[in-house]
Amino acid sequence: MLGEGILKGLAETAKNFAGSFVSKERMTTVEYPEERLPLPEASRNFPFLVYDGSDWQAGLRCVACQICEKECPPKCIYIEKSKDKKPDYVGKLQIYPTKFDIDISVCMSCQICVEVCPFEAIKMNNEFELATDNRFGGLLLDRKELAKSNEYYHQIHPTEAAEVDARLAAEKAKAEAKAKAAADAAAAKAAGAPAPATPTRVAKPSEGERKS
Amino acid sequence: MNSLDVKTERVEGWNRPPVIETDGEGELLEVAMGPHHPSTHGVFRMDLALDGERVVRLKPVFGYLHRNHEQIAETVSYLAMMPYTDRLDYICSLTNNWAYALAVEKLVGQEVPERAEYLRVILAELTRAQNHASTIGFLLQEMGASGTPLMYAFREREKILDLFESLTGSRMMCNYMRFGGCRVDASPAWLDAARKVVAALPAFVDEFERFLSGNEIVMARCQGVGILRPDLAVNAGVTGPMLRASGVNYDIRKVDHYGIYDRFRFRVPLGDHGDIYDRYMVRVLEIRESIGILEQALKDIPNGPVMDPKAKIRGFRPKPGEAYGRIEAPKGELGFYLISDGTPNPYRYRVRPPSLINLTVLEDMCLGSNVADVVLIFGSVDIVLGEVDR
Repeated sequence: MLGEGILKGLAETAKNFAGSFVSKERMTTVEYPEERLPLPEASRNFPFLVYDGSDWQAGLRCVACQICEKECPPKCIYIEKSKDKKPDYVGKLQIYPTKFDIDISVCMSCQICVEVCPFEAIKMNNEFELATDNRFGGLLLDRKELAKSNEYYHQIHPTEAAEVDARLAAEKAKAEAKAKAAADAAAAKAAGAPAPATPTRVAKPSEGERKS
Repeated sequence: MNSLDVKTERVEGWNRPPVIETDGEGELLEVAMGPHHPSTHGVFRMDLALDGERVVRLKPVFGYLHRNHEQIAETVSYLAMMPYTDRLDYICSLTNNWAYALAVEKLVGQEVPERAEYLRVILAELTRAQNHASTIGFLLQEMGASGTPLMYAFREREKILDLFESLTGSRMMCNYMRFGGCRVDASPAWLDAARKVVAALPAFVDEFERFLSGNEIVMARCQGVGILRPDLAVNAGVTGPMLRASGVNYDIRKVDHYGIYDRFRFRVPLGDHGDIYDRYMVRVLEIRESIGILEQALKDIPNGPVMDPKAKIRGFRPKPGEAYGRIEAPKGELGFYLISDGTPNPYRYRVRPPSLINLTVLEDMCLGSNVADVVLIFGSVDIVLGEVDR
């Protein structure tokens, strides 16, 4: 019969229409600003810089090695190195970025900066409501706007952050053990050696745990 | 390639649709259809010459979305090119990733762990299912069934994109595959979620078919329209569902057995007439075959690493040489040709885009048909302008 196929199709539509009132399966739309779907943990949008502790400037993990700047596919990262040094999470003196800008209007959220970073300093944020009315520089984030605490990182990517923390703790423990071993060796050497001037000289690095 | 089995008995001569002779009264009407026409899937222009309602000449004009893709590759490292490949055919970024990773792996002779191969197959087949679903939805939208079929298709696509997001972090720009494996491992919870989505897919395809396949309007609009002869399809280098709808049995999953496709049992759906309806049916059947592959892959997926520990992420410098990696992307043969000169950047990077090459037969399919059918024929080619223009 001509029109049978159309009627069958319309029956499907009617089933879906009626079903949307009773079944969650068929009612799939979400009224966005009032209602929100939870983001999956892996979800990523734009990068941010992680800092430990409470002071963002002191705790910034970034050491301005500029690997992410080089590897970034659309080249949206700009870094300037500092002249002086500050201690990092192991206590080792490192340079830090005096300028760290990411132009997120250029960034394509590819996560390559995160993958290449050897210091776990840059991670992906999942905040997506970033619209601004400032055309010029409104989306150019500097290091203060990019800096987010480690607690925030734990909040948005709990599993990943726990892994990173474990890795950093292991590294720190390793560095401490190494520094301790070096200090012990130096002390043993100093005890063995009769010269009076040496102990004070070799004891110095072990205080700041900066010998690697 | 002995499986290239052209059914010659249906071919009568060259069979190019005849150019309509005008009777000399009146003039041809030239119409520029696009670039901002809602049916052109982006920015594509067709310069039509019309005799009344019938198409006498069709000149495709593209390049509005040109982004210098191949030249960019020569300035960035191999790894940094991976997210750019997401943006070629942005409906199915994971297959683009795979084709590029395959080319680089061929270039350096990189092995891929077992679990990563399975994950790649699972993601590629999910991509195929969602691409075909949305293609059919768009086709029906262009036919005038505005909204409903597209919404049903997108409802399914959404479930698959949610899977992509929870695994790769992004719904469309996945950037997931790496040279020598995949970036992150899939958790057991993700695999369970994928099994659930795959288990729900056959019901969706059944519903879609009840909804559309027997519909008289769909048949009247699609059957016998936009016929592509198999000899022309082979000569023009058309691949993918377009070629198979013309009855040519050529599927790179069966020909190359790239990845681990030789382990799965699946059939290659073929059309008889090469018209729009056959292309629609081939896509529906391919979703069904993809579901079969997905079920097998999700059942057999082994444990193990997803990344070769010897694979390098940074400081990747292949030895001088060249490689061509190709896969059966949802739209056809997607190939990447790479020449390395030993530096961190490719010396030459070339994409063989299925969308562009399938588009070359557009005029032959459209000549002699009505303007309203041009929209349908164009929709049945299934292109993404990001890949056509690059």
